Amino acid sequence: MNIRHTLSIASLFFATTTLSFGQGAGVAPSDLLKPLAKTWPTYNGDYTGKRYSSLTAVNRQTVKNLGLAWTSQLTPGDGSPGPNSINNNARNAVTTIVGGEGTGAISIHGGSIKGSALVVDGTIYITMPDNAWALDARDGHPLWHYYWKTTGGTHIGNRGFGMWNGYLFMETPDDYLVSLDAKTGKERWHRQIAKVEEGYFSTPAPIVIGKHVLVGVGNDIDSPGFLQSYDPETGDLQWKFYTVPMEKGDPGADTWTTIDAARHGGAQTWITGAYDPATNLYIFGTGNPTPAYTTGMRGDKDNLFTCSLIAVNVDTGKMSWYFQTSPHDMHDYDSAQTPVIFDGMFKGKMRKMVATAARNGYYFTLDRVSGEHLVTSRYGQTTSWANGLTPAGGPKRDPSKDATIPGSLASPNSSGTINWEPPAFSPVTGLLYTYEVDSFSIFYLTDPDPRGSMGLGGKEEASVGSTGSFLTAIDYKTGDARWRHKFYGGRIGGGGILSTAGGLLFTGDGSGSLAAFDAATGNPIWNTRIGQVTNAPQTFELDGHQYVIAATGDTLWSFMLR
Amino acid sequence: MRNRFRILALGTASVATALGIFAQSPQAPPPAAAGQTPASAPPSGQAPTPGRPHVFNSGEPRPQEDPVVAAHGKALYGINCQACHGPDLRGGDMGGPNLLRSQAALTDHHGENIIPIIQGARQAQGMPNIGLNNDDAGAVAAYVRSVIGTIGSQGKPPGEDKPLNIVVGYATRGQAYFAAHCANCHSATGDLKDIATRFPEPRVLQTRWVTGARTSATAGAGAQATVEVIPTLSTGGGPAVSGDLVHIDDFLVTVRLSDGTERSFKRLGPTVPRIVVHDPLERHREMLPTYTDENIHDVTAYLVTLK
Repeated sequence: MNIRHTLSIASLFFATTTLSFGQGAGVAPSDLLKPLAKTWPTYNGDYTGKRYSSLTAVNRQTVKNLGLAWTSQLTPGDGSPGPNSINNNARNAVTTIVGGEGTGAISIHGGSIKGSALVVDGTIYITMPDNAWALDARDGHPLWHYYWKTTGGTHIGNRGFGMWNGYLFMETPDDYLVSLDAKTGKERWHRQIAKVEEGYFSTPAPIVIGKHVLVGVGNDIDSPGFLQSYDPETGDLQWKFYTVPMEKGDPGADTWTTIDAARHGGAQTWITGAYDPATNLYIFGTGNPTPAYTTGMRGDKDNLFTCSLIAVNVDTGKMSWYFQTSPHDMHDYDSAQTPVIFDGMFKGKMRKMVATAARNGYYFTLDRVSGEHLVTSRYGQTTSWANGLTPAGGPKRDPSKDATIPGSLASPNSSGTINWEPPAFSPVTGLLYTYEVDSFSIFYLTDPDPRGSMGLGGKEEASVGSTGSFLTAIDYKTGDARWRHKFYGGRIGGGGILSTAGGLLFTGDGSGSLAAFDAATGNPIWNTRIGQVTNAPQTFELDGHQYVIAATGDTLWSFMLR
Repeated sequence: MRNRFRILALGTASVATALGIFAQSPQAPPPAAAGQTPASAPPSGQAPTPGRPHVFNSGEPRPQEDPVVAAHGKALYGINCQACHGPDLRGGDMGGPNLLRSQAALTDHHGENIIPIIQGARQAQGMPNIGLNNDDAGAVAAYVRSVIGTIGSQGKPPGEDKPLNIVVGYATRGQAYFAAHCANCHSATGDLKDIATRFPEPRVLQTRWVTGARTSATAGAGAQATVEVIPTLSTGGGPAVSGDLVHIDDFLVTVRLSDGTERSFKRLGPTVPRIVVHDPLERHREMLPTYTDENIHDVTAYLVTLK
């Protein structure tokens, strides 16, 4: 896309006292079908989940010349100065547009950027829980700020916006879908998508597909997961797909002891998935069963469709296929990781595939048209909760590794080998890039009630260390790691991974740097010491320059070749 | 290895200048909270908001129920509901579901959901008409809401955990395991001679010995790692430098010298300059994949005797 921008006069001269305006016309739904290039118009950049940019100006040779373009520190809240507010630059003071159903009694000044920005029309659209901003992509100054007065909900993160033409969509921790006008930041409408009193909280970035806005939810107490589709124009609900059986006779109902257990069985939908236009299937992962650490009324079976990859038809909301990556999970290993879709050779034939490196330490390649299982591998080198595979190709849980009263040592810990952080894929190397934290916890059962516990309760988890934290490159044909680069400091590297046609991977290194690695070998090439990176780096092109952006907490950093 | 992020004003600035990059002001945020559903340890980066208890879903505090009404409701619950739904509301032997995760109960504000159900609205689903009048059914609803208000973070059931005995291993086997695997560095008559006195709670003791954490009150603070840096010509040459390891990553290593000052070295590659790290806790980490649960429980059964 190459649209000429006219900076609004307001943003240049009246920003201190009036609203200023975003730039351009937004994103047509057809633009979202294109591979990731100069803009970043949807959560993963494009529908494939590859986070593979075709930009090449920043590459293995030139990355050493990457230098700071600008930084922008964002102050969440109602516009009053927060504890971190040190920004006295009048140009950065924009009027805060206030919405929300809360009374304002819950004031949350803190916040961290743990999602992906949209970058279109020379404007960056970025979020924190309850907060959203439009920033000028040339210098990072805010064009508008939207603040949602919350009624509660777990404020753990917000993954960003979806965009349909000139409209933006974000979710709030208290379970509203909010639509904003991209130019002004003014609210168009908001819709309640779940009830906070039932324990739901919402973090995902909505994804726009045609005339659908797909939204997921999270929940830690025992409630059913679901995915919903809304009309981007009117905000009307189009369909609602439950990820657990809700009635006797529903698919998967025979994998629960009672339908009451299934209806409280979890399988939340808290990470944005991938979309395959050829089949019109939206493919996404589901979270853990509840209660998470005790079988209780769940019974001993698989508890579908928890910890699964699910493909639904976008127009009907009907499931086409599923593959369970953690049958009968007992360690809170949500399979809500970003799936990656790609075409490639597999055993001598071109296949349409989808891959996921799950939180439970296992990697999977599937046929994305049929859901046929192709590859399973144990990429977490110390992963110990399973023994062998089920006939379907999933890991076979070892019940002795469930939480016990005297303590059961298992790897990975409940945070997983990877968690929410987006992986990346390069069609050039054929490698899927993921984090791999080979961590251990002792899981103590504290609520041995035969009825099972509730939510994530009933256990004490003691984190006892890790044998290593890695950036790991997995060959989709075998599931084997082609290489691993060990991060110093045993924790996960950063907030996700970017791959580029310049042969590079960008990610936080877990030691205070944004770093670039050779996508073929994993060798570190470049770093800049901006602090712990809290989201996946992104890249875009503007005015003929390739930019790389990444966040540390409440600050966004932008780099370009110097 | 320690995770602490250090800002080195001088060292970093010179590196930054050399590379033409930008150094950050010293206010790095803590690492991102890992999970959507973070483990109790490592903790979520999401601190509870001051002034609000860190409870179920961090929502707006539920309104306090009138204690007289809730007490009346509790008595009625015991008479009419407990047999099916359990004394703790989490479901009973006669098949009544857990009320603490009931959508109708969770979203009830003033009996509008619960009273009709008590009065027979769900007979088709097997819930009989209990026959309470509006006031009494409303009191039961208030009691149910008051218990829901005590659900813990991430859906943890109300109430304190009951003490459970975690010492199930065999001390003699644990002693033999200790002699074979631990005695190189540790001694039951030396550094560990009173460990069960210092950590009388066996779960704490077990977690600490597996981790290798020492007695510092700071979680995760362990034995100090040390490092030797041997500069090469391309890193300016000079004599080898050794001391406590302050920080190491792919691009930088920082040493605290015996006089308390720090020196940092740019790393040009994995072996330039040459770096030798000695981390006493490395052996503990290497052991993690080798333990059976029986090993762990046996060693704990042995260590709890060292008073």
